[in-house]
Amino acid sequence: MSDQHLPEHVSGDDAGSDLEPIRDPGLPEHQWRPTDVDPKAEKRAERQVAILFGLSALSTFLFLVSYFTFKVGDEWDSSLGLGVSNVALGGTFGAALLFIGAGIIQWARKLMADHEMVEMRHPAASSEEDREATLAALQAGLEESGIARRPLIRNSLIGSVALLGAPAVVLLRDLGPLPGDKLKHTVWKPNMRLVRDVVGTPIKASDIEIGDLINGAPEALFPTEENGYPEIEGVELQAEKAKGAIIVVRIEPDELQPGRGRENWDVDGIVCYSKICTHVGCPISLYERTTHHVLCPCHQSTFDLADSARVIFGPAARPLPQLPLGVDDEGYLIARSDFLEPVGPSFWERDSKDIGNQGEADV
Amino acid sequence: MSIDTSKVAESNRSSAATAAKPNRAGSVALWADERLGLGTAMKKNLRKVFPDHWSFMLGEIALWSFVVLLLSGVFLTLWFKPSMGEVTYQGSYDALRGIPMSEAFASSLHISFDVRGGLLMRQMHHWAAMLFVASMMVHLLRVYFTGAFRKPRELNWVIGSLLLLLGTLEGFTGYSLPDDLLSGTGIRAADGFMKSIPVVGTYLSFFLFGGEFPGDAIIPRLYIIHVLLIPGLLLGLIAAHMLLLVYHKHTQWPGPGRTEQNVVGYPMLPVYAAKAGGFFFIVFGITAVMGGLLTINPVWKFGPYDPTKVTAGSQPDWYMGWPDGALRIMPGIESHLFGHTIAWNVFLPIIVLPGLMFTILAALPFLESWITGDKREHHLLERPRNAPTRTALMVALMTFYGLLWAAGGNDIIAIKLHASINAITYFMRVAVFVGPLLAFAITRRWCISLQRHDEQKLLHGYETGIIMRSAEGGYSERHLPISESAAYTLTARDDDEVYVPETKVDENGVAAPVGRLDALRGKLSALWFADNVQRPTRDEIEEARHHFEHELEGGHDEHAALESSESVKH
Repeated sequence: MSDQHLPEHVSGDDAGSDLEPIRDPGLPEHQWRPTDVDPKAEKRAERQVAILFGLSALSTFLFLVSYFTFKVGDEWDSSLGLGVSNVALGGTFGAALLFIGAGIIQWARKLMADHEMVEMRHPAASSEEDREATLAALQAGLEESGIARRPLIRNSLIGSVALLGAPAVVLLRDLGPLPGDKLKHTVWKPNMRLVRDVVGTPIKASDIEIGDLINGAPEALFPTEENGYPEIEGVELQAEKAKGAIIVVRIEPDELQPGRGRENWDVDGIVCYSKICTHVGCPISLYERTTHHVLCPCHQSTFDLADSARVIFGPAARPLPQLPLGVDDEGYLIARSDFLEPVGPSFWERDSKDIGNQGEADV
Repeated sequence: MSIDTSKVAESNRSSAATAAKPNRAGSVALWADERLGLGTAMKKNLRKVFPDHWSFMLGEIALWSFVVLLLSGVFLTLWFKPSMGEVTYQGSYDALRGIPMSEAFASSLHISFDVRGGLLMRQMHHWAAMLFVASMMVHLLRVYFTGAFRKPRELNWVIGSLLLLLGTLEGFTGYSLPDDLLSGTGIRAADGFMKSIPVVGTYLSFFLFGGEFPGDAIIPRLYIIHVLLIPGLLLGLIAAHMLLLVYHKHTQWPGPGRTEQNVVGYPMLPVYAAKAGGFFFIVFGITAVMGGLLTINPVWKFGPYDPTKVTAGSQPDWYMGWPDGALRIMPGIESHLFGHTIAWNVFLPIIVLPGLMFTILAALPFLESWITGDKREHHLLERPRNAPTRTALMVALMTFYGLLWAAGGNDIIAIKLHASINAITYFMRVAVFVGPLLAFAITRRWCISLQRHDEQKLLHGYETGIIMRSAEGGYSERHLPISESAAYTLTARDDDEVYVPETKVDENGVAAPVGRLDALRGKLSALWFADNVQRPTRDEIEEARHHFEHELEGGHDEHAALESSESVKH
């Protein structure tokens, strides 16, 4: 192991060092540690290491005791809300590990030989002979395969292997259905009642005070025998919920500035918008009644509900889609149609013409 | 081995090391060697030398936290059910009992409240993930600022960048799994991100979600990506990262006896193995204590995912914060063309920007070596101050990152500081462009000042703090020369060589014009090194030494001495 030989005080006479402003003084002399020269210090370090390992064993024992003593679930918020079991298990397990780590490191620092060694480096590149030998071997291999001389074989192989990419892609086709026009429609239909989102009770226009904001949903998501909507559950329910969610607010009618063609979409100042942000699709939620502004908590897009939910701040580019409202015979709020534009975030196939009458509000 | 171990702790060797008859361990080793040839493979590596410096430990934190992630992750898979099937919760946690939720969320609650040590493992797993990404980033900065990415280690830099990217994605897929309100909101936003991709976005979304958002496929699919696909890639890349580290041998700081040709440090067995192995237990132990004492991601407080609900202050894990910040400050720009929509407000900050940033990151070593024209191997680390432009470049990138990260918390900043969120957002829109430029300029000049300081120390010594009064009544501070080894360490660096485009002269003696790209390279190279302080020559140092000797003898007229030596450089 000649390349590991440690030359004490190399007087920097390797190539090029004459050009250095200061000569390399060489490695400093090794200093003995107290534990190397003082048997007492050595014994003390040995004891310290063993004690650390012993403390680890004790911690592990306490871990086992904690595991069988403390309950989870019932006492999940004891010990400052952290759960007594969790605190005890984490503390003892952590201690058991830390003591082992500290013991090993103490051992390495105090008792293992601390001589620095020198190893020579070699260039990362392979030697010229190796390179040539490899190239020759590669050449011979290619020569013997005849790949260069038989382009017919080579090209047909390349072609057939490349074609294998097609099954790899096609096999993924059934990951999901094609989008179709699913993003362009929601469950809303003419004359469908607006209901409260948690309990599913219909909303009476006269019950809404000015300044109120109600989180609503389409009645179709709460099917009963009475309303006759078909059962809906699972994936379909979640998808329709994710698109059909609405907010209903009542604004002082003179403060309302309806968009062109939207003059009759409100009911005495009650307007309804999609709850799904047009930025990336978070449900918007923070309403400031004095300004009629509603804020999306994800990226702070702010919409003015009195002005066709125009974007007044933040990264969203489009107003919230508005749902044209009406009232049925019993005085409950109903939709007069589906949303006239896709709800939620923008996507490639979305045509701005989809907006129909709301188109002008878009600009 | 010619090491003097005469005084090394006697407990290491209570008896003389004579050739004993083969014991059981010996025969096992023999058995293995006859089949695997371990002797040859281990001959050099068992005593492989690793240089010591605290900053070399940062990558180790990443490695060990990855091991903790594997261990705690396997534990979690024993109970976690990656399914979006609806169940009614009947577990120990009162507040959610009787509420319908996905099996994924119910099993997360089960792990937290009905499996002993389950909450600990969940929190350890999450903390270790934070530690993993954070330590990779800090390790990356260390490698960059010290120039450890230079030839022959550029490919390991690229592997490291990939590890950071994959680690981030692994984190995102992981915290999305419990299907709580917060993670569901993150997935919903991710759906919006995908849909913003022109032409294929909608299809990507429908294929990934198995239909329209939220579908019932996303959790199982993210699960297999999280527990098999990305960890497999991470393991492979980490193995490659370590193998290249061993092959190239570790870089080291310059110093007496430490050159480009050697590596000085402790042998793998026993010292480095013990220190690194011990450090594994430290990292593991710290994550365990954090898991026990610091609540993280309390999904039971958020409740199950409901696409119509969201909480204020919704934020991703911190390492996803910077693209989220870009998303927040991006103006709402959208194009409508021929019946199609391009959502620039989403596509640019969340799809293009991260891709661009990672490309820039991976390309940094190649960019620098192209500009400087430096094709030499480098094994000695450089102090950040000795590469002012490089250091300033990374600080500019850090500033960009940091400002975007802060923008990702613009709502929190607004609430805590009672500031206007609009004002913060408008400020950030400008600051992300101006801030990095300022940071670049300041850092570069700062580095050059530090270089001047080093030069002062070399030529004029250090400030002793002793104030002397001369016969004329003037006051001056006494300077003393720094030690030989300190002086050597300061000068052990490369001279800067500006790349000069070669003008090719044809046989008629007419110089061909320099290519445009080559000319640009020459200009960039000149700018790269502009104003750097070059180390003093041997003569200058000799001269400075004479001054000192003169000073120490004479002890006065210091002022004049300083003045004359100051005019030597610059």
